[in-house]
Amino acid sequence: MAIEIKPKVAMPEQSPEARIKNFNEVPLGYTEKMAQEEAVRCIMCKKPQCISGCPVEIDIPAFIQLIIEGKYAESARKIKETNTLPAICGRVCPQETQCELKCVLSKKFQPVAIGRLERFVADYEREHNLVEIPKIPKWNGKKVAIIGSGPGGLTCAGDLALMGYKATIFEALHQPGGVLIYGIPEFRLPKEILRAEVGYLQKLGAEIKTNYVIGKIKTIDEILKEYVAVFICTGAGLPVFMGIEGENSAGIYSANEFLTRVNLMRAYRFGEYDTPVLDMKRVAVLGAGNTAMDAARCSLRLGAEEVLLVYRRSRTEAPARIEEIHHAEEEGIKFHFLTNPTRYISAGNGHIKAMECLRMELGEPDSSGRRRPIPIQGSEFIMEVDTVLVAIGAGANPLLTKATPDIAVDKKGYIIIDEELRTSKKWVYAGGDIVTGSATVIEAMGSGKRAARTIDKDLKSI
Amino acid sequence: MYKIIRKKKLAPLVCLFDILAPDIAKKHKAGQFVIIIVNEKGERIPLTIADANPIEGWITIVCQAVGKSTYTLNDMKASDELFSVVGPLGQPTHIEKYGTCVCVGGGVGIAPVYPIAEAMKNCGNKIISILGARTKDLLIMEDYMRKVSDEIIITTDDGSYGKKGLVTDALQELINRGDKIDLVLAIGPVIMMKYVSLLTKKYNIKTMVSLNPIMVDGTGMCGVCRVTLGEERKFACVDGPEFDGHLVNYDELMMRMSMYKNKEKIALENYLKQRNQKCL
Repeated sequence: MAIEIKPKVAMPEQSPEARIKNFNEVPLGYTEKMAQEEAVRCIMCKKPQCISGCPVEIDIPAFIQLIIEGKYAESARKIKETNTLPAICGRVCPQETQCELKCVLSKKFQPVAIGRLERFVADYEREHNLVEIPKIPKWNGKKVAIIGSGPGGLTCAGDLALMGYKATIFEALHQPGGVLIYGIPEFRLPKEILRAEVGYLQKLGAEIKTNYVIGKIKTIDEILKEYVAVFICTGAGLPVFMGIEGENSAGIYSANEFLTRVNLMRAYRFGEYDTPVLDMKRVAVLGAGNTAMDAARCSLRLGAEEVLLVYRRSRTEAPARIEEIHHAEEEGIKFHFLTNPTRYISAGNGHIKAMECLRMELGEPDSSGRRRPIPIQGSEFIMEVDTVLVAIGAGANPLLTKATPDIAVDKKGYIIIDEELRTSKKWVYAGGDIVTGSATVIEAMGSGKRAARTIDKDLKSI
Repeated sequence: MYKIIRKKKLAPLVCLFDILAPDIAKKHKAGQFVIIIVNEKGERIPLTIADANPIEGWITIVCQAVGKSTYTLNDMKASDELFSVVGPLGQPTHIEKYGTCVCVGGGVGIAPVYPIAEAMKNCGNKIISILGARTKDLLIMEDYMRKVSDEIIITTDDGSYGKKGLVTDALQELINRGDKIDLVLAIGPVIMMKYVSLLTKKYNIKTMVSLNPIMVDGTGMCGVCRVTLGEERKFACVDGPEFDGHLVNYDELMMRMSMYKNKEKIALENYLKQRNQKCL
C-alpha cells in the first residue's frame, strides 16, 4: 500500500477583512496539537536534504524530533545552537526557497512546514518563560566592534559572545534591529518579539550602543584603537528612486521613508505617537519584492481605499515571497504587472495627482538573468493616484564607506570581501546587504556567523 | 541620557539648551546638526549644533516653537532628559580663508550662523554680520555674534532696533558700498535664503545656504530631505545641509517643507489644549 502523506497543517490566520484594519500579526501560530500533527509528517530521512537548504545549517530533523517528544523548549535550544533568532526566522525566512524546497516530501507532496515549527517552539519557549542563557565562556580580554544592529550584526554579536569575546554593536538609529524594526511591519514581525530576541543577545553579553553613527561620531580607525576587529553590516540603506519627472512631488515616498515612519516611528498610531504619514486614498506601490508587499499592506491598514502594485515585469519574475504576494492579494491589493511609470503629474499645490505609465512586454534575459522589460510604444495611460511608494530596491549607503576610503568598494558602493568576509582594510570584515545588495534576513545572519568564525580564526593566528 | 544642563529663553518661543553629549561635543564641527527625539513617542527632528564645549562635554541647540515637537522641547527644563540625540550629522562647513565673509542670519537662523562665523573668523576671514528679525524682541544671540564679527549690521522689519528693513536691503547697501565680498553665508527662512541668493547671483558672489527640510533618519537612508540642486538630486542630511545658494530649487523646497501642515496643525492644537488643561 502506498504511504499516505497528509498536506501541511494549515496556519490559522486573521481573515483579510479583519486584518486590514489592524497591525496585528496575520499568521497566528500553530497550537501544540497542530505542531504535533505537523511534526510527525517528517519522515526522518537517513540523509536529510533540508539541512543543506538552510543558510545557517540548523539541525532540522533533531529539532523536529524534540517537538514529537513534546520537548518544545529543548527544541528551541537545539535551533539556537546554530540560529540565535528562531522566532524571527520562523516568521520571515523564505523557507519555500530554502529548507522546504530541499525537503524530500516536496517532490510529490507538500514539504514539512519547517518554518512554522521553528516559530512554534521559539514562541513556546518565550511565552512559557523557559528561555535559558547558555553557559558563556570567560571573557578572553578581547573586544570586537560590530557596525549595525540588524540581523547580521545581532547574529555576529551572539556568536562572538559564545566564543568568549565581548561584542559592542554600534547602531545609527535609536532602537536596535535594523530592517527588523524599520522595514518589516508589525503584522509580519511584532516588535515585542524582536525586543525579546535582542534581549536574549544582550543577556549573552552583547552590548548595543544606539544613536551611534560610525563614520560620523567615530571613524573606523578610532574604533580600532579600542577594539581588535570590526564587522560592518550596515545593510543596503540607500533609497532608489526612478529618476523620472515629478519625483519630488509631495506624496511620493521611498519605501524606506514610508516603512520607517510606519514601523519604527509608529505612524499608524499618530496622535499617540508624533510621526505622521500623509492621508492616502489611492496608492501606487512601485516594485514587487517583499518591501513592496510590506509597503502596500501597510498603506491599506492606514486607510487607503485602493492600493495598486505596479511592476515592470510579470508575476513570474516578482521577487517577493509567494506567501506575501498571496497575503497581499487576499487583502485586495491589485497587481498591474508589465507596467512602468514614465512621469509623475502633480496638482498646483505640488502634491502628486497622477502617474503616466507605459505597458511593457518581456524580451531576452538581462544581466540579472530575468527577462528584460521592453516598453510597448504608444501604450501610455494615466493612473490617478495621491500617493506613490517607491519600492524598487535599495542600494549601498555610502556614509561609512566614503568616510573610510581604504575599504575597497565596487562601482555601486558595495563592500568587496574575500571568501572569508575580509575587506581590504586589515581587521575589518563585512557582510550582509552592504556586500551582496538587498537579500534576506537569514543570509545576513549567515554572514554574521561566518564573520565571527573568521575573526576568531584571524585573531588566533597572530 | 542626554540631560539638559542649562536652559535659557532667548526670545518669545525661542529657547537655548545646553545638552550633555560628550562624544558629540568632542567630534562635531561647525555646520553639523543633531537629530533629537524629545520623548519616547516623539518624532525625529533636526537641530543645528549652535555651540559646544568639548571639555565639559555639552552641545548647544536653539529651538523655535512652531509645532508640537518644538513646543514640547521648549517646555522642558534643565535637568530633564531627552529621549534620543544622535550626531554629529551632515557635512561640516568648508572653512577656508576666503577674505571677507558676509554672514546673514534671519530670525532663529542666527543660531546656525554663529558657529560658522566663529570658525571663519578663527581662520582669518573678515566677518561682516547682518542679523535680521521681525522686531527687537525676536533678535537672538546678538552678544554671541558681536564676539566673532568685525562689523555687525542689524535690521528689524518694524525698525524697533537697528535699521528698518530686510536683511536683503542691508546686503544691497553693503554691496553698493563697494567692499569686496568673497563669500556670503545665509541661514534663515527659506524665502530669505532665496532672495539673498537671487541678489548675490546678480553680482556673482559665492553664496552658501543651510537648508532644513523635513528629516526622518538623517543618515541618507530615507530620502525625505531630498532637494534639487541645479539638475541633481541631493539629500540635505548627508550631502548638505549646506549648498550653493545659486543652485537650490527654493520653491520646491518650500512646497516639500509644508507637506505635513495639516497634520502639524492638528498635533499642535491637541498639544496646546492638553497643556492648557494641565495648567488649570
